[in-house]
Amino acid sequence: MNVPLFDVGQRVRIHDRTPPVHHRVPNYVKGQVGTVERVCGMHGEPEKFIRGDGNPRQRIYRIKIQQENLWQEYQGSARDCLEVEIFEHWLEAAK
Amino acid sequence: MNEPWGPHDLGGQKGGPVDLAEHDTAYWEWQIDAMIRLSLKKGLISDFAELRDGVEQLTQDDYDRCSYYERWAKSLAHTLVSRGVVSDEQLTKQIESVRRRQEAGA
Amino acid sequence: MTDHDHDHEHDHSRTFQADHAEPTSDGARIGLALRELLIEAGHYTAEEEQTVIAAMQGASPRDGGKIAARAWVDAEYKKRLLDNGAAAIRELGYEIEPYEFTVMENDSSTHNIIVCTLCSCYPRSLLGMSPAWYKSSTYRARVVREPRTVLTEFGVKLTNDIDVRVHDSTAELRYMVLPERPIGTEDWSEAKLAALITRDSLIGTQRELVLP
Repeated sequence: MNVPLFDVGQRVRIHDRTPPVHHRVPNYVKGQVGTVERVCGMHGEPEKFIRGDGNPRQRIYRIKIQQENLWQEYQGSARDCLEVEIFEHWLEAAK
Repeated sequence: MNEPWGPHDLGGQKGGPVDLAEHDTAYWEWQIDAMIRLSLKKGLISDFAELRDGVEQLTQDDYDRCSYYERWAKSLAHTLVSRGVVSDEQLTKQIESVRRRQEAGA
Repeated sequence: MTDHDHDHEHDHSRTFQADHAEPTSDGARIGLALRELLIEAGHYTAEEEQTVIAAMQGASPRDGGKIAARAWVDAEYKKRLLDNGAAAIRELGYEIEPYEFTVMENDSSTHNIIVCTLCSCYPRSLLGMSPAWYKSSTYRARVVREPRTVLTEFGVKLTNDIDVRVHDSTAELRYMVLPERPIGTEDWSEAKLAALITRDSLIGTQRELVLP
Protein backbone atom coordinates (compact mmCIF):
# COMPACT_ATOMS: atom_id res chain seq x y z
CA MET A 1 0.00 0.00 0.00
CA ASN A 2 1.87 3.07 -1.22
CA VAL A 3 -0.55 5.83 -0.22
CA PRO A 4 0.53 7.13 3.18
CA LEU A 5 -1.91 6.34 5.98
CA PHE A 6 -0.92 9.40 8.00
CA ASP A 7 -0.33 13.05 7.13
CA VAL A 8 2.18 15.58 8.36
CA GLY A 9 0.87 17.14 11.55
CA GLN A 10 -1.45 14.25 12.35
CA ARG A 11 -1.49 12.96 15.91
CA VAL A 12 -0.53 9.31 16.14
CA ARG A 13 0.09 6.75 18.86
CA ILE A 14 3.01 4.33 18.74
CA HIS A 15 1.83 0.85 19.65
CA ASP A 16 2.78 -0.44 23.04
CA ARG A 17 3.71 -4.03 22.39
CA THR A 18 6.75 -6.24 22.63
CA PRO A 19 6.94 -8.75 19.80
CA PRO A 20 9.46 -11.53 20.54
CA VAL A 21 11.55 -10.60 17.51
CA HIS A 22 13.84 -7.85 16.33
CA HIS A 23 11.93 -4.59 16.05
CA ARG A 24 13.13 -1.03 15.68
CA VAL A 25 10.98 0.69 18.28
CA PRO A 26 12.79 1.82 21.42
CA ASN A 27 11.08 1.02 24.73
CA TYR A 28 10.75 4.62 25.76
CA VAL A 29 8.44 5.64 22.87
CA LYS A 30 6.07 2.67 23.02
CA GLY A 31 2.56 3.81 23.84
CA GLN A 32 3.46 7.47 23.30
CA VAL A 33 1.49 9.99 21.29
CA GLY A 34 3.23 12.37 18.93
CA THR A 35 2.71 14.16 15.65
CA VAL A 36 3.93 13.21 12.21
CA GLU A 37 6.89 15.47 11.48
CA ARG A 38 7.44 14.04 8.01
CA VAL A 39 6.30 11.25 5.75
CA CYS A 40 9.33 9.29 4.61
CA GLY A 41 9.86 6.62 2.00
CA MET A 42 9.26 2.90 1.70
CA HIS A 43 11.85 0.58 3.20
CA GLY A 44 12.26 -3.12 3.98
CA GLU A 45 10.64 -3.75 7.33
CA PRO A 46 13.22 -5.60 9.47
CA GLU A 47 10.75 -7.14 11.92
CA LYS A 48 8.89 -8.89 9.13
CA PHE A 49 12.17 -9.85 7.51
CA ILE A 50 13.44 -11.51 10.69
CA ARG A 51 10.13 -13.32 11.12
CA GLY A 52 10.61 -14.76 7.66
CA ASP A 53 7.79 -12.78 6.04
CA GLY A 54 9.98 -11.80 3.14
CA ASN A 55 11.26 -8.24 2.86
CA PRO A 56 8.08 -6.22 2.32
CA ARG A 57 8.56 -2.50 1.96
CA GLN A 58 6.62 -0.32 4.30
CA ARG A 59 6.42 3.40 4.87
CA ILE A 60 8.38 5.13 7.59
CA TYR A 61 7.17 8.23 9.41
CA ARG A 62 9.15 10.62 11.57
CA ILE A 63 7.22 11.14 14.78
CA LYS A 64 7.84 14.13 17.02
CA ILE A 65 7.12 13.68 20.73
CA GLN A 66 7.29 16.39 23.40
CA GLN A 67 10.02 15.56 25.90
CA GLU A 68 7.89 16.59 28.85
CA ASN A 69 5.44 13.85 27.84
CA LEU A 70 8.19 11.23 27.74
CA TRP A 71 9.92 11.86 31.04
CA GLN A 72 8.38 12.74 34.38
CA GLU A 73 11.33 14.74 35.57
CA TYR A 74 12.40 16.19 32.20
CA GLN A 75 14.73 19.20 32.59
CA GLY A 76 14.42 21.71 29.81
CA SER A 77 12.05 23.70 27.70
CA ALA A 78 8.40 22.70 27.12
CA ARG A 79 9.25 22.97 23.42
CA ASP A 80 12.02 20.36 23.52
CA CYS A 81 11.17 17.28 21.51
CA LEU A 82 12.35 13.82 20.61
CA GLU A 83 11.96 12.56 17.05
CA VAL A 84 12.02 8.95 15.93
CA GLU A 85 11.42 6.99 12.72
CA ILE A 86 8.64 4.44 12.96
CA PHE A 87 7.27 1.96 10.40
CA GLU A 88 3.61 2.38 9.51
CA HIS A 89 2.35 -0.82 11.12
CA TRP A 90 3.41 0.44 14.53
CA LEU A 91 1.21 3.53 14.32
CA GLU A 92 -2.45 4.34 14.75
CA ALA A 93 -4.36 7.61 14.59
CA ALA A 94 -4.80 9.31 17.95
CA LYS A 95 -7.28 11.97 19.03
CA MET B 1 9.05 4.31 30.73
CA ASN B 2 8.73 0.77 29.47
CA GLU B 3 11.02 -2.15 30.13
CA PRO B 4 13.99 -2.43 27.78
CA TRP B 5 13.34 -5.24 25.36
CA GLY B 6 16.95 -6.39 25.14
CA PRO B 7 20.45 -5.37 26.20
CA HIS B 8 20.58 -2.97 23.25
CA ASP B 9 17.37 -1.11 24.12
CA LEU B 10 19.18 1.57 26.06
CA GLY B 11 17.18 4.74 25.47
CA GLY B 12 16.17 6.35 28.74
CA GLN B 13 18.30 4.19 31.05
CA LYS B 14 20.35 5.93 33.70
CA GLY B 15 24.08 6.26 33.33
CA GLY B 16 27.23 7.98 34.42
CA PRO B 17 29.03 10.81 32.63
CA VAL B 18 29.80 10.21 28.98
CA ASP B 19 33.45 9.26 28.51
CA LEU B 20 34.72 11.72 25.91
CA ALA B 21 38.05 9.97 25.29
CA GLU B 22 38.81 9.41 21.63
CA HIS B 23 39.72 5.91 20.50
CA ASP B 24 41.38 5.31 17.18
CA THR B 25 39.82 2.44 15.30
CA ALA B 26 42.19 -0.52 15.50
CA TYR B 27 43.06 -2.25 12.23
CA TRP B 28 41.32 -5.46 13.32
CA GLU B 29 38.16 -3.39 13.86
CA TRP B 30 38.33 -2.09 10.29
CA GLN B 31 38.71 -5.71 9.21
CA ILE B 32 35.54 -6.71 11.07
CA ASP B 33 33.70 -3.81 9.48
CA ALA B 34 34.95 -4.79 6.02
CA MET B 35 33.97 -8.41 6.65
CA ILE B 36 30.42 -7.33 7.45
CA ARG B 37 30.18 -5.20 4.31
CA LEU B 38 31.64 -7.93 2.13
CA SER B 39 29.38 -10.57 3.69
CA LEU B 40 26.41 -8.45 2.64
CA LYS B 41 27.84 -7.71 -0.78
CA LYS B 42 28.61 -11.38 -1.46
CA GLY B 43 25.20 -12.53 -0.23
CA LEU B 44 26.49 -14.49 2.76
CA ILE B 45 23.86 -12.60 4.71
CA SER B 46 20.90 -10.91 3.07
CA ASP B 47 20.18 -7.98 5.32
CA PHE B 48 21.83 -5.94 8.02
CA ALA B 49 18.79 -6.70 10.17
CA GLU B 50 20.20 -10.21 10.69
CA LEU B 51 23.26 -8.74 12.36
CA ARG B 52 21.34 -6.32 14.54
CA ASP B 53 19.16 -9.21 15.58
CA GLY B 54 22.26 -11.23 16.50
CA VAL B 55 23.63 -8.40 18.63
CA GLU B 56 20.28 -7.98 20.36
CA GLN B 57 20.30 -11.65 21.29
CA LEU B 58 23.58 -11.41 23.16
CA THR B 59 23.26 -11.85 26.90
CA GLN B 60 23.25 -8.68 28.99
CA ASP B 61 26.65 -9.68 30.30
CA ASP B 62 28.13 -10.26 26.86
CA TYR B 63 26.64 -7.00 25.62
CA ASP B 64 28.12 -5.01 28.52
CA ARG B 65 31.54 -6.64 28.39
CA CYS B 66 32.03 -6.50 24.65
CA SER B 67 33.10 -3.53 22.63
CA TYR B 68 31.17 -2.36 19.59
CA TYR B 69 33.12 -4.46 17.06
CA GLU B 70 33.30 -7.48 19.32
CA ARG B 71 29.50 -7.52 19.40
CA TRP B 72 29.23 -7.36 15.63
CA ALA B 73 31.86 -10.10 15.29
CA LYS B 74 29.93 -12.39 17.61
CA SER B 75 26.69 -11.64 15.81
CA LEU B 76 28.20 -12.29 12.38
CA ALA B 77 29.74 -15.56 13.58
CA HIS B 78 26.40 -16.72 14.97
CA THR B 79 24.61 -15.74 11.78
CA LEU B 80 27.08 -17.40 9.42
CA VAL B 81 27.15 -20.60 11.48
CA SER B 82 23.36 -20.82 11.51
CA ARG B 83 23.35 -20.19 7.77
CA GLY B 84 25.88 -22.98 7.28
CA VAL B 85 28.53 -20.73 5.71
CA VAL B 86 31.01 -21.94 8.30
CA SER B 87 30.68 -24.69 10.86
CA ASP B 88 30.97 -24.32 14.60
CA GLU B 89 33.80 -26.84 14.53
CA GLN B 90 35.77 -24.94 11.89
CA LEU B 91 35.31 -21.72 13.79
CA THR B 92 36.41 -23.22 17.10
CA LYS B 93 39.56 -24.64 15.47
CA GLN B 94 40.35 -21.36 13.77
CA ILE B 95 39.87 -19.34 16.96
CA GLU B 96 42.33 -21.67 18.67
CA SER B 97 44.77 -21.16 15.81
CA VAL B 98 44.45 -17.38 16.11
CA ARG B 99 45.00 -17.60 19.84
CA ARG B 100 48.14 -19.73 19.45
CA ARG B 101 49.63 -17.37 16.90
CA GLN B 102 48.88 -14.33 19.02
CA GLU B 103 50.44 -15.92 22.07
CA ALA B 104 53.50 -16.93 20.08
CA GLY B 105 53.83 -13.28 19.11
CA ALA B 106 53.11 -13.85 15.44
CA MET C 1 37.60 4.65 35.35
CA THR C 2 35.36 1.62 35.90
CA ASP C 3 32.56 2.73 38.15
CA HIS C 4 29.45 0.60 38.03
CA ASP C 5 26.56 2.09 39.92
CA HIS C 6 24.12 -0.66 40.85
CA ASP C 7 21.66 1.16 43.06
CA HIS C 8 18.78 0.57 40.65
CA GLU C 9 17.59 -2.67 39.13
CA HIS C 10 17.72 -1.35 35.60
CA ASP C 11 20.55 1.06 36.11
CA HIS C 12 23.12 0.40 33.44
CA SER C 13 25.41 3.18 34.61
CA ARG C 14 28.73 3.03 32.88
CA THR C 15 31.62 5.38 33.02
CA PHE C 16 33.95 2.93 31.33
CA GLN C 17 34.03 3.24 27.57
CA ALA C 18 33.80 -0.37 26.47
CA ASP C 19 34.32 0.50 22.85
CA HIS C 20 37.94 -0.34 22.42
CA ALA C 21 39.40 -3.78 22.86
CA GLU C 22 42.57 -5.64 22.11
CA PRO C 23 42.69 -8.17 19.27
CA THR C 24 43.27 -10.83 21.93
CA SER C 25 39.79 -10.47 23.43
CA ASP C 26 37.50 -13.40 22.71
CA GLY C 27 35.20 -11.32 20.53
CA ALA C 28 38.13 -10.07 18.48
CA ARG C 29 39.48 -13.60 18.06
CA ILE C 30 36.09 -14.79 16.85
CA GLY C 31 36.10 -11.99 14.28
CA LEU C 32 39.66 -12.62 13.15
CA ALA C 33 39.09 -16.39 12.93
CA LEU C 34 35.91 -15.88 10.94
CA ARG C 35 37.72 -13.55 8.58
CA GLU C 36 40.43 -16.13 7.93
CA LEU C 37 37.84 -18.82 7.22
CA LEU C 38 35.91 -16.63 4.80
CA ILE C 39 39.03 -15.61 2.89
CA GLU C 40 40.30 -19.20 2.84
CA ALA C 41 36.96 -20.39 1.46
CA GLY C 42 37.18 -17.77 -1.27
CA HIS C 43 34.19 -15.69 -0.22
CA TYR C 44 36.33 -12.59 -0.51
CA THR C 45 39.98 -11.72 -0.96
CA ALA C 46 42.45 -9.75 1.13
CA GLU C 47 42.61 -7.27 -1.77
CA GLU C 48 38.87 -6.72 -1.66
CA GLU C 49 39.16 -6.24 2.07
CA GLN C 50 41.85 -3.61 1.61
CA THR C 51 39.75 -1.77 -0.97
CA VAL C 52 36.77 -1.65 1.38
CA ILE C 53 38.91 -0.49 4.30
CA ALA C 54 40.58 2.20 2.21
CA ALA C 55 37.16 3.52 1.14
CA MET C 56 35.94 3.60 4.73
CA GLN C 57 39.12 5.28 5.92
CA GLY C 58 38.77 7.82 3.13
CA ALA C 59 35.52 9.19 4.52
CA SER C 60 35.81 11.88 7.16
CA PRO C 61 33.94 14.83 8.65
CA ARG C 62 35.56 16.94 5.91
CA ASP C 63 32.94 15.46 3.59
CA GLY C 64 30.14 16.57 5.90
CA GLY C 65 31.86 19.93 6.11
CA LYS C 66 31.82 20.33 2.33
CA ILE C 67 28.11 19.57 2.22
CA ALA C 68 27.38 22.05 5.00
CA ALA C 69 29.50 24.79 3.43
CA ARG C 70 27.71 24.38 0.09
CA ALA C 71 24.39 24.78 1.91
CA TRP C 72 25.65 27.95 3.60
CA VAL C 73 26.72 29.65 0.37
CA ASP C 74 23.88 28.45 -1.87
CA ALA C 75 20.37 29.04 -0.50
CA GLU C 76 18.71 26.95 -3.23
CA TYR C 77 21.06 24.08 -2.53
CA LYS C 78 20.24 24.32 1.16
CA LYS C 79 16.53 24.00 0.36
CA ARG C 80 17.18 20.90 -1.71
CA LEU C 81 19.41 19.46 1.00
CA LEU C 82 16.82 19.94 3.72
CA ASP C 83 14.06 18.59 1.50
CA ASN C 84 15.79 15.50 0.08
CA GLY C 85 19.26 15.02 1.48
CA ALA C 86 20.11 11.88 -0.50
CA ALA C 87 19.39 13.56 -3.84
CA ALA C 88 21.21 16.76 -2.85
CA ILE C 89 24.41 15.00 -1.80
CA ARG C 90 24.39 13.02 -5.03
CA GLU C 91 24.89 16.39 -6.77
CA LEU C 92 28.22 16.60 -4.92
CA GLY C 93 29.20 13.03 -5.76
CA TYR C 94 28.18 11.41 -2.48
CA GLU C 95 25.99 8.36 -2.11
CA ILE C 96 24.24 6.98 0.95
CA GLU C 97 21.92 4.39 -0.62
CA PRO C 98 19.64 2.89 0.63
CA TYR C 99 19.31 5.29 3.53
CA GLU C 100 17.42 8.59 3.55
CA PHE C 101 19.94 11.27 4.36
CA THR C 102 18.23 13.80 6.61
CA VAL C 103 19.78 17.14 7.48
CA MET C 104 18.56 19.08 10.50
CA GLU C 105 19.30 22.78 10.56
CA ASN C 106 20.45 24.61 13.68
CA ASP C 107 19.42 28.22 14.08
CA SER C 108 19.36 30.86 16.79
CA SER C 109 16.41 29.21 18.55
CA THR C 110 17.01 25.53 17.71
CA HIS C 111 19.68 22.99 18.53
CA ASN C 112 19.67 19.52 17.00
CA ILE C 113 21.46 16.44 18.33
CA ILE C 114 21.68 12.94 16.85
CA VAL C 115 21.82 9.51 18.48
CA CYS C 116 20.98 5.92 17.63
CA THR C 117 19.89 4.43 20.94
CA LEU C 118 19.37 0.93 19.56
CA CYS C 119 22.72 0.34 17.87
CA SER C 120 24.75 3.48 16.94
CA CYS C 121 23.68 3.96 13.31
CA TYR C 122 25.73 6.78 11.80
CA PRO C 123 26.32 8.09 8.24
CA ARG C 124 29.86 6.68 8.10
CA SER C 125 30.24 6.99 4.34
CA LEU C 126 29.77 10.75 4.74
CA LEU C 127 31.29 11.53 8.11
CA GLY C 128 33.86 8.77 8.64
CA MET C 129 33.98 6.60 11.72
CA SER C 130 31.65 7.51 14.56
CA PRO C 131 33.26 8.67 17.80
CA ALA C 132 33.69 6.17 20.64
CA TRP C 133 31.29 8.17 22.84
CA TYR C 134 28.57 8.03 20.19
CA LYS C 135 28.66 4.23 20.42
CA SER C 136 28.76 4.24 24.22
CA SER C 137 25.95 2.96 26.41
CA THR C 138 25.99 6.15 28.44
CA TYR C 139 25.44 8.46 25.47
CA ARG C 140 22.79 6.23 23.94
CA ALA C 141 20.96 5.86 27.24
CA ARG C 142 21.10 9.45 28.48
CA VAL C 143 20.95 11.85 25.55
CA VAL C 144 17.30 11.09 24.76
CA ARG C 145 16.26 11.67 28.37
CA GLU C 146 18.53 14.49 29.51
CA PRO C 147 19.97 16.07 26.39
CA ARG C 148 20.75 19.42 28.01
CA THR C 149 22.78 17.80 30.79
CA VAL C 150 24.67 15.62 28.32
CA LEU C 151 25.34 18.71 26.21
CA THR C 152 26.90 20.50 29.18
CA GLU C 153 29.30 17.55 29.49
CA PHE C 154 30.37 18.40 25.94
CA GLY C 155 30.73 22.05 26.89
CA VAL C 156 27.47 23.20 25.29
CA LYS C 157 25.27 25.21 27.63
CA LEU C 158 21.84 26.10 26.30
CA THR C 159 19.30 28.46 27.78
CA ASN C 160 15.62 27.57 27.53
CA ASP C 161 14.99 30.04 24.74
CA ILE C 162 16.75 27.51 22.50
CA ASP C 163 14.67 24.42 21.67
CA VAL C 164 16.46 21.08 21.75
CA ARG C 165 15.47 18.46 19.17
CA VAL C 166 16.88 14.99 19.76
CA HIS C 167 16.80 12.66 16.75
CA ASP C 168 16.93 8.93 17.43
CA SER C 169 17.98 7.19 14.24
CA THR C 170 15.76 4.16 14.72
CA ALA C 171 15.17 3.02 11.16
CA GLU C 172 16.46 3.85 7.67
CA LEU C 173 17.26 7.52 8.02
CA ARG C 174 20.78 8.81 8.61
CA TYR C 175 21.34 12.25 9.99
CA MET C 176 23.61 15.24 9.93
CA VAL C 177 23.23 18.54 11.70
CA LEU C 178 23.71 21.67 9.60
CA PRO C 179 25.43 23.99 12.07
CA GLU C 180 24.55 27.66 12.14
CA ARG C 181 26.89 29.70 9.96
CA PRO C 182 29.07 31.88 12.22
CA ILE C 183 28.77 35.66 12.03
CA GLY C 184 31.72 37.33 10.37
CA THR C 185 32.11 34.74 7.60
CA GLU C 186 29.97 36.51 5.02
CA ASP C 187 32.64 36.81 2.34
CA TRP C 188 34.47 33.57 3.01
CA SER C 189 35.13 31.00 0.32
CA GLU C 190 33.34 27.67 0.44
CA ALA C 191 36.63 25.90 1.21
CA LYS C 192 37.41 28.22 4.10
CA LEU C 193 33.91 27.71 5.47
CA ALA C 194 34.14 23.92 5.16
CA ALA C 195 37.35 23.94 7.19
CA LEU C 196 35.46 25.45 10.15
CA ILE C 197 33.13 22.51 10.49
CA THR C 198 33.90 19.77 12.99
CA ARG C 199 32.65 16.22 13.43
CA ASP C 200 30.95 17.11 16.70
CA SER C 201 29.10 20.07 15.18
CA LEU C 202 27.67 17.67 12.56
CA ILE C 203 26.41 15.32 15.29
CA GLY C 204 25.17 18.08 17.56
CA THR C 205 27.51 17.86 20.53
CA GLN C 206 29.08 21.15 19.50
CA ARG C 207 27.09 24.28 18.72
CA GLU C 208 29.48 27.19 18.27
CA LEU C 209 32.13 26.89 15.59
CA VAL C 210 35.53 28.30 16.37
CA LEU C 211 36.89 30.94 14.02
CA PRO C 212 40.66 30.81 13.50
